[in-house]
Amino acid sequence: MGGEPFLRVEKLRKHFGGVLAVLDVSFELRQGEFLGIIGPNGSGKTTLVNLITGFVKPDSGKVIFRRKNITGKMPYTIADMGIARTFQMVRLFYNLPAYKNLIIPLCSPRVKKLRGGRYGEKDDAAIDLLDDMGFDRDSFVPYKLASTLPHGYLKRLDLARAVAIRPNLLILDELFSGMSMSEVASVLPIIEKFNQEGLTIVMIEHRLRELFRVVDRVLVLNFGQKIAEGSPQEVMETENVKRAYLGTDVEVI
Amino acid sequence: MAEAGITYRKKRLDRGIKARAETIFAISSYREILYLLLPRVLPVIGLLVLPLVLKGYWGKVLIYACMYGLLALSWDFLSSCGLFSLGQALFFGAGAYLAGTLNYYLHLPPLITLPIASVGGGLLCALLLSPVVRLRGVYFAMVTLMLPILFMKMIETTGLMGGSHGLSALAPFPNEWVGSYLAVVGFLVCLFVFRRIIHQDYGLILRAIRDDDRAVMSAGINIYWRKIQALFLAGAVGAFAGAFMTHHYQFVGMSVFALDYSILPVAAAALGGAGTFAGAALGSVILVPLSEALRALGGLRIAIYCGILVVSIIGLPEGIFHYLERKYHQFERVVEVE
Repeated sequence: MGGEPFLRVEKLRKHFGGVLAVLDVSFELRQGEFLGIIGPNGSGKTTLVNLITGFVKPDSGKVIFRRKNITGKMPYTIADMGIARTFQMVRLFYNLPAYKNLIIPLCSPRVKKLRGGRYGEKDDAAIDLLDDMGFDRDSFVPYKLASTLPHGYLKRLDLARAVAIRPNLLILDELFSGMSMSEVASVLPIIEKFNQEGLTIVMIEHRLRELFRVVDRVLVLNFGQKIAEGSPQEVMETENVKRAYLGTDVEVI
Repeated sequence: MAEAGITYRKKRLDRGIKARAETIFAISSYREILYLLLPRVLPVIGLLVLPLVLKGYWGKVLIYACMYGLLALSWDFLSSCGLFSLGQALFFGAGAYLAGTLNYYLHLPPLITLPIASVGGGLLCALLLSPVVRLRGVYFAMVTLMLPILFMKMIETTGLMGGSHGLSALAPFPNEWVGSYLAVVGFLVCLFVFRRIIHQDYGLILRAIRDDDRAVMSAGINIYWRKIQALFLAGAVGAFAGAFMTHHYQFVGMSVFALDYSILPVAAAALGGAGTFAGAALGSVILVPLSEALRALGGLRIAIYCGILVVSIIGLPEGIFHYLERKYHQFERVVEVE
């Protein structure tokens, strides 16, 4: 404890053409923390995730993960260091059966390192993982082609793909979008359990009610800037946030 | 529409489900064993017997078919990890010139130049194309299309390695049998090795890169390094074909970088059905003899050849192999629709 935090984001900035997507956003994350990132559409949440995970290179700023500067590193290097993510638009291998989708992360160098010499059956490991995500191992679901699965299952498969590399930090980019109430209710406890087991999680979400139930701290973005940070109650009472979300005030610039 | 208002539709039923299951081996009855083995064993036996039967001109056509087949397999392997190449001639030419120079200047026998040229050609191609593995789709294809032309012009203008005259009087294979069986066995080995690789975890990752490279990256796998490895394997196969043809013709010239060697493999894979290797192999075994048989027609040959290609690609866009595979595994029958 003390000294360098688990993840430190320092004045990260990115613009696409004339649009400033992320403007000098800084925040810190302790190990084991559960951070929520919220903000209206187009406020730069996904870009922020892309910047941290290396899919987009920042114009300026720094990302320090476990004392190492990971700014501008390749996505696979960052993933290899232990940052896993899900995608807002699910990214899966649709031509493969669901469980085969997990063989790919299970083949990664990181998993090989962590598992050491005991490198057992990958198929079994994949089925175990899917079972934890609510794909019943005794049903046909794990063996069906990913392209034939309903959206809720795909989201869970994407989550399984992310946790398969045994990350230290898990970033969930709108995991619940497009999920039904009951699906959210079944996935939320799984994520909470990961957090209780010590996994640090950053969660981007539009469903504030569900988010506020699980997170320790919330960060609010609007037009690429951080406008508030703190516990869910504190944040929602902030004037800026109310304005961003409800638009109570119309400002003429 | 019949007068009674009855319509008919085709109903497809799977045949031999047990035999097709991925994990259960069909050793329960000889019929199931045959069902699984025949489509694999018959073509192999056929190809191994053909050099004994075919003499002279058609024996040479068989060798061409195998070499174009290797190029088509190499194309299919690259495309399975999302690299669409229009430059199989680069691989072919690299192998051909490596074998040619090794034999011409150092007098190494074919059985030594072949492996060196294959590995060296693979390394050279992987090295040359490694800066562009980040390009996708048509951009990668453009670069691969340009490189053989670049090499051809460089050899022509600098006069290196024989220049526009090429290198001639190279060592032939010890005898005809070594040559034709090297071609056939090399072709079959490549086909089965590629099919095996692509169904293992290694190949699974390659296919996943084609499906979604970002998802593979977020699993912590260096996709560019994987693509370079795939380039090496595909390059080595193409270079083997080139080196083989050098010793077969006992000559190597700029024509090894010709567009034929880039386009025909793609056509063969498209005709046979991409993605299975068997399709690419089948395509080249059909296309090469067809193009030779049409030689009798003189000038119209290319026109008819292109016509057949266009018709078959429009008529059977999935490729011949996928079509045959489906017919083999399914019954079709006509049923009434109320």
